[in-house]
Amino acid sequence: MSVIRRAFAEDFTIYRVAELKPGLLELLGEADRIELDLAGVERMDSAGCQLLMLVKREASAAGKTLAIVAHSPAVQSLIEFYNLAAWFGDPLVVPAE
Amino acid sequence: MDELKQVFLQESGEQLDALETLLLELEARPDDETTLNGIFRAAHTIKGAAGMVEAVAVESFAHVVENVLDRLRNHEIAVTTELAALMLACTDHLRVLVANEAGTAQMGAAEIEAQTASLLARLRAFGPGGQVQAPKAAEPGVQRIPSPQTGHSCWHISVRFGPDVLRQGMDPENFLRFLETVGNIRHVETLADKMPPAAEMDPELCYLGFEIALESAADKQTIEDVFAFVRDECSLSILPPNAKVDDYVELIESLPEDTLRLGEILVRIGALTADELSEGLRAQAASAEGEVPADEHREKPIGEILVAQQVVQPEVVAAAVAKQTQVSEKKAQDAKLIRVPADKLDHLINLVGELVIAGAATSLLAHKRSDGELIESSSLLTRLVEEIRDASLQLRTVQIGETFNRFHRLVRDACKDLGKDVELVISGGETELDKSIVEKIGDPLMHLVRNSLDHGIEAPAVRAAAGKSPRGTLLLNAYHDAGNIVIEVADDGAGLNRDKILAKAIERGLVEPDIHLSDREIYDLIFAPGLSTADQVTNLSGRGVGMDVVRRNLQALRGTINVSSQSGQGTRLTLRLPLTLAIIDGFLVVSANRSYVIPLDAVVECVERPEMEHDRNYFNLRGQVLPSVCLREGFGLPGERPARESVVVVQYAGQRAGIVVDRLAGELQAVIKPLGAIFRHLQGIGGSTILGSGEVALILDIPALIKISGQAEQRMLVRPEQRSA
Repeated sequence: MSVIRRAFAEDFTIYRVAELKPGLLELLGEADRIELDLAGVERMDSAGCQLLMLVKREASAAGKTLAIVAHSPAVQSLIEFYNLAAWFGDPLVVPAE
Repeated sequence: MDELKQVFLQESGEQLDALETLLLELEARPDDETTLNGIFRAAHTIKGAAGMVEAVAVESFAHVVENVLDRLRNHEIAVTTELAALMLACTDHLRVLVANEAGTAQMGAAEIEAQTASLLARLRAFGPGGQVQAPKAAEPGVQRIPSPQTGHSCWHISVRFGPDVLRQGMDPENFLRFLETVGNIRHVETLADKMPPAAEMDPELCYLGFEIALESAADKQTIEDVFAFVRDECSLSILPPNAKVDDYVELIESLPEDTLRLGEILVRIGALTADELSEGLRAQAASAEGEVPADEHREKPIGEILVAQQVVQPEVVAAAVAKQTQVSEKKAQDAKLIRVPADKLDHLINLVGELVIAGAATSLLAHKRSDGELIESSSLLTRLVEEIRDASLQLRTVQIGETFNRFHRLVRDACKDLGKDVELVISGGETELDKSIVEKIGDPLMHLVRNSLDHGIEAPAVRAAAGKSPRGTLLLNAYHDAGNIVIEVADDGAGLNRDKILAKAIERGLVEPDIHLSDREIYDLIFAPGLSTADQVTNLSGRGVGMDVVRRNLQALRGTINVSSQSGQGTRLTLRLPLTLAIIDGFLVVSANRSYVIPLDAVVECVERPEMEHDRNYFNLRGQVLPSVCLREGFGLPGERPARESVVVVQYAGQRAGIVVDRLAGELQAVIKPLGAIFRHLQGIGGSTILGSGEVALILDIPALIKISGQAEQRMLVRPEQRSA
């Protein structure tokens, strides 16, 4: 099984989603398991979250696995707020208090 | 009296106020669950508190009331006008009982007991709750914690955002975060089912929707308002707590997503149980399509899936979390408010007053010595003192809304007595003013409201005949204006009858028969003692005492009252009061080497007095003619006029005037010291203050001065023939 890991440092916001979309979808064609490292994503809004949902859905539809292997606080906070953690199915690292 | 009892008296007073307000609300909206629960809670709290201090009479009576309320809450009996009236009577009686505990009841013990018995008899009509419980058996301190597993007690909000909201810069996240300020979001489900296949999906459009369970005491409007900015861009449905299963089924049907999926979500949120849902859906399907066996077959698995879902649902965890949040919320609320005895606060304000004076003295000394560093440090000190002054005065301010809300009851009762239909409209309830003023304004306001109800607003038949809506409107409004608080009492009644007032005034010998008066002067006559225009004396008003008392009370607060009226259109009474009684920002002026203070809020500008306008009682301000008062002449000050004089333009209640002084001396903070009784008749002086130098300065009473300056002019306007004389 081929695995590809890509790290992102851009903001996942409405201003960038149009540029991010083609790149993310291309990844789906490159391997069976796609790992996204979002530790460097400083900001994420609903548009960014929605885009991740799209990619996750497309991956599942194509029989592939999309995993977010690292969450920045912004990403984690929004995913938790929207109660999507279980939907994405990625282990979230609970930061030490 | 011990401390515990004092707290009980105060708390039960507050709870009774709340109870009364809620009961009145219930009359307007009989099936509002939140109100019902609030009423029950208030009665329960009173009972519990009474138990703690062993106020047996209160406790046992409250217990019976609570029983009836409990049946009401469980829909065993319905809200009727009769019941609401009885509950209000019970509230009043509880007040008497509480007062009796404090030894301040107006009734004798026998009378109270008779009343208790008669009310209990009436309560008994509303069910088996009407048995007086043996006081011993009460469980003081036991509080009902709503069972935590109830998704049912949550509002259910279903929102689908429109495609353009993201582009318009409105992020759904913000609305949901804002929703958290209204209540506690117990559960969110995010839906993106609308999202098209990857190729068509435009990442800048919004495809998101949410199903939310919100635990909140807010009403539907408040929740709707959270989404006000996107109201046109989203589809929103809100189901109240404890909505019927049918309502949920209807909601599911109306939403674009798959029924099965939505059903699961609702179960996960806790809005429905799996059985309720499958039962509801089955009933729906059966009634919609008749008995189609295939349908029956298809529905079955849904039920099974849902039951499976419920097994997974971590109810225990949810319960624990809910309880935790409840505890922490309570803690936060407790920490928000502290009770402070009023005299401690007064002492603080006094000290701040002394601090202001001492600070001014220091600053004066620093300037005298021309010591740069000292001046700098003293000016920093002055600024801090100012902030402390504002903050400590703020401590004493309260919102006027509470005072206004008390009138709901008065209006309701008076309407019943008089056979009128009046709606009380309150606005500006959040306006803040000094607590001591609020306490003193209650009675005058009550007089005015009663007056409006009694002989302002006409009977429904008379109104209808005059082409007005049979329902009258009484408006209470408050706002801030130039360092004053303005309170308006307005009605849309018959208005003041100019001729009748004049005739009465002449009859009573208040004015000469052939005197010529402006409308305003005639309306002002209603404040004269002993004048009433009502044909009938009712138990509300009309005895001719009242308006003069109102005016006197207001004057004691350095306030004024104005009346404007249009025949057939209504009457508007405008009260103006200073925000605080203790400390003001002042503007120091000097005439004949004596210092005077003008409240800074009243000052508009300062100009030099032109030479040519000396010896006139008016002056020209850029083409506008204003009346003016010269302090030298007005107060009969000795000495020669200086070569240059200044005019301070002041404003009050929309009127302007000039005050002519020798010299301007800058701003200061003035701690108002009232003048002794001996000086009460002085016109134009509002009080005194002590300057930093130890010198005494008089504070000018601007409204009075404007009146003096305006009077001469107005008399000439009314009687032009005098001008030539």
